[in-house]
Amino acid sequence: MSEPGTAAVTSTTEARPTLGHIFKIFLMAGAISFGGGVVAYLREYMVRSEGWLNDDEFLDALEISQTLPGLNSVNLSVVVGDRMRGVIGAAVAVAGMLLPGTLIVMTLGVLWEQQHQNILVKSFLIGVAAAAVGLLATVTVQLGHRQFTHWLDLSLLTATFVAVFFFHVSLVIVLLTIGPFAVWMYRPGSHHGEREVKLPHPHFHRRHELLRQ
Amino acid sequence: MKLFSLFWVFALLGLCAVGGGTAVLPEMQRMTVHDYHWITDNQFRSIYSIGQVAPGPNMLMVMLIGYKLAGFLGAFVVGIAFFVPDCVLTLFANRLWVHFAASPWRKAIQRGMAPVAIGLMLAGTMAIARLSVIDAVSGAIAIIVFAMLLWRHVNPALVIMVGGLIYLLSTRFHFA
Repeated sequence: MSEPGTAAVTSTTEARPTLGHIFKIFLMAGAISFGGGVVAYLREYMVRSEGWLNDDEFLDALEISQTLPGLNSVNLSVVVGDRMRGVIGAAVAVAGMLLPGTLIVMTLGVLWEQQHQNILVKSFLIGVAAAAVGLLATVTVQLGHRQFTHWLDLSLLTATFVAVFFFHVSLVIVLLTIGPFAVWMYRPGSHHGEREVKLPHPHFHRRHELLRQ
Repeated sequence: MKLFSLFWVFALLGLCAVGGGTAVLPEMQRMTVHDYHWITDNQFRSIYSIGQVAPGPNMLMVMLIGYKLAGFLGAFVVGIAFFVPDCVLTLFANRLWVHFAASPWRKAIQRGMAPVAIGLMLAGTMAIARLSVIDAVSGAIAIIVFAMLLWRHVNPALVIMVGGLIYLLSTRFHFA
């Protein structure tokens, strides 16, 4: 389990960063990514400043991270850390990425616990949640606009939303029923599996990378 | 026993987070507020908001649910439960994924799960909206943020803080 996760990135494994360096870079990405958008910050460090991955390798890693369960930023840290330094690299990357946020969330949480009757604190947090709704809606539209254009995608999306939001069907049940059905509809060789995928509008594509995912 | 329940609930939530953390918000709210009565709806909203103002993934806020219930040990248990199983799964699945690089099923999984993930994100967005859009001012904040971010890229952190300040001022000076 100690060999790096893929042999396809020999070009990047030549100059493997040390564990300390991996920790430092992920720590910085985790510390400055206020307002979400960790993925965009990770890309900035991994591709632009450190050159650990090229753009295509980063997008491949992101694709895997988005498909697997879990937070995209955490999964991405695992994938990149594993490529750099195997299991230990993955652990160090995740720890670094989560450490600053953990310390700040816990500090704010302890303060909130003491102040939660304070009307100012309460009002502020309501406004934050309301603004977050606008932000979540934006991200959903930007990531999902492709799914709104074909009847099959739109049906799967609507069925999932209605089951979870209106009928409060357990998420496990939803994932174990709609999930396999959706994959089956897109199975290799099927009509839908062969259907051309419309490329995202460049306008959306450019911006969804900037926002958090 | 409480710690065991915390672990089980958040490990399950983590493994169900298809397409990111937003996907599990409705289920998280239902389990922690309605099934287990660990926190109230308003506390859930506040804890979610605290996650928004800290750096890193917003879902780090789950640790505060553990903290509310069982102090720092609770926070630790929730943190481990929510993040570690996913990391282990990703580590192994990623290596398999690379191994099956040529399999056409890879594309089928991605294409099929994408609309499901967006449906879950929509449900998560609506779950937070139901808790936080409670009057005209909060509704206006949500709509203006949505329109503004679609229109052009603004730093989300700034938007979030301004949203909080506007609502705070609105209750302080009753301008709504």
